[in-house]
Amino acid sequence: MTIRPEERLAAAVARLILDPAAPAARHAAVGNASAIPAAACLLVRALGHPLRVSLLTRPRGNAFTEGSRELFDLAGQGRVDLFFLGGGQIDGQANLNLLGTGAWPGVETRFPGSFGSAFMYFMTPRTILFREEHSPRVLVQRVDMVSAPGVSPPGVFRRGTAQALVTGRCVFRFHPDRARFALESVHPGESVATIRAATGFDFDAAEAVPETPDPTEAELALLRGPVCDEMLETYPEFCARVFGRKHAA
Amino acid sequence: MTPIPLEAMAASVPDGAMLALPPDYSLPPCALARALVRRGARNLRVLGVPITGYVTDLLVGAGCVAEVESSAVTLGEAGFAPRFTAAVRAGQIRMRDATCPAIHTALQAAEKGVPFMPLRGVIGSDILAHRPDWKVAPNPFAAAGEEDPILLVPAIRPDIAAFHAVMADAHGNVWVGRRREVATIAHAAHRTLVTVEHVVPGNMLEDERLAPGCISATYVEAVAVAARGTWPSGLLDEHAADAAHLAEYARLAKTEEGFRQYLDRHVLTAPAQAAE
Repeated sequence: MTIRPEERLAAAVARLILDPAAPAARHAAVGNASAIPAAACLLVRALGHPLRVSLLTRPRGNAFTEGSRELFDLAGQGRVDLFFLGGGQIDGQANLNLLGTGAWPGVETRFPGSFGSAFMYFMTPRTILFREEHSPRVLVQRVDMVSAPGVSPPGVFRRGTAQALVTGRCVFRFHPDRARFALESVHPGESVATIRAATGFDFDAAEAVPETPDPTEAELALLRGPVCDEMLETYPEFCARVFGRKHAA
Repeated sequence: MTPIPLEAMAASVPDGAMLALPPDYSLPPCALARALVRRGARNLRVLGVPITGYVTDLLVGAGCVAEVESSAVTLGEAGFAPRFTAAVRAGQIRMRDATCPAIHTALQAAEKGVPFMPLRGVIGSDILAHRPDWKVAPNPFAAAGEEDPILLVPAIRPDIAAFHAVMADAHGNVWVGRRREVATIAHAAHRTLVTVEHVVPGNMLEDERLAPGCISATYVEAVAVAARGTWPSGLLDEHAADAAHLAEYARLAKTEEGFRQYLDRHVLTAPAQAAE
């Protein structure tokens, strides 16, 4: 059975969610640009683990009834355990740039803007960073501007940091104590050398880095079955492209 | 309550006004925005609550906007907002970058009539470095000897809240369902202008099931009927967004010339707009 790259990434994110060393995840919230993280969260639940999954843009049966501020109020109280963020640029200290490049506020390239990142990154016990494009353009030594900082000085209220960065080429683990990424696994066809070549920031790596495991048969069956069913209405383009399933609108 | 014509509603928005708008996935006043383009509005200050998209890109492209404050401007699945992006890069508009909960918090301060409210996070973000109106102060309730800097954002009182609603009743109450961010905008703004699909008889506040999704006429200055007023966005569970149209907009608006074609086709003279 051919494994789609998106399925491999979803399974890799699911393993990070279930990492016993990470803070417990009871409630994960997922934004609209995050189809693969949504699939990962739903996979974790389909595997039998109790996880509340709030898909922010779910068109029907959405859990939020107080408007778009409710997510942030929940996160402010510590009721969201896990969130996903990306960025136009991500640097070696896990700083995120969703603003742009060149002079402020993005004279060279303008990205859409910071959304809730400058708040959510501080408020959840952990964040999984996700960006499919893995290139020196995205993964830079130092972001041009900081939407949300990777670490904060002592005394600044912060519940957590990035746990990991998952890309189309590899999984990096983040170490907030030294504000550096370490290469955890490489997807098939990649090596430490190819990752170094595609990454603008310096990172730690053992001499031999394992390959990101394939999703199991059981995981693939769940992704293509109940997980797809549940995300079909919220992420129709993704489900059509990856699972070949059409949502009857 | 007597609805006013859409064009009269657009005419009541003065040049230079701060206009607070909900996001594309909420109840954006797209028909009103097209009417504002037709009336040639100028120097609007747009506030995205907490983000904005098609409406703002359209207004920016048509030269109606001097300033945008938002946490993001995006067409979502259809990509970056092309006219907004071009205007920022060319320095044609002032961009005041924010983060979603800061905008909600500033409006909640206005709802309560207090001058500011605190918000966690944000310290260390370059957004803060470019917001001289935001302050960081020590938490006055921190334990003795404990350092606890916290962000304070000033209340935002928009001149005008503008959004679409499913219906208005004979008393001028409007029903928005669970899209409560538009209620926050209405509570915080000086004036609230609402377009609706239709007007129903009676008083929705007397219906226990409808009342929690209502915004009371206390806040609503004027209502105009604009069927499919959120198009090309969707409308709650009634219809989905017109993804093909948004993709066409995104493609045309890549260039100034394409954007003018879009205006000619869909905003200035299109038969689809005749009812407006």
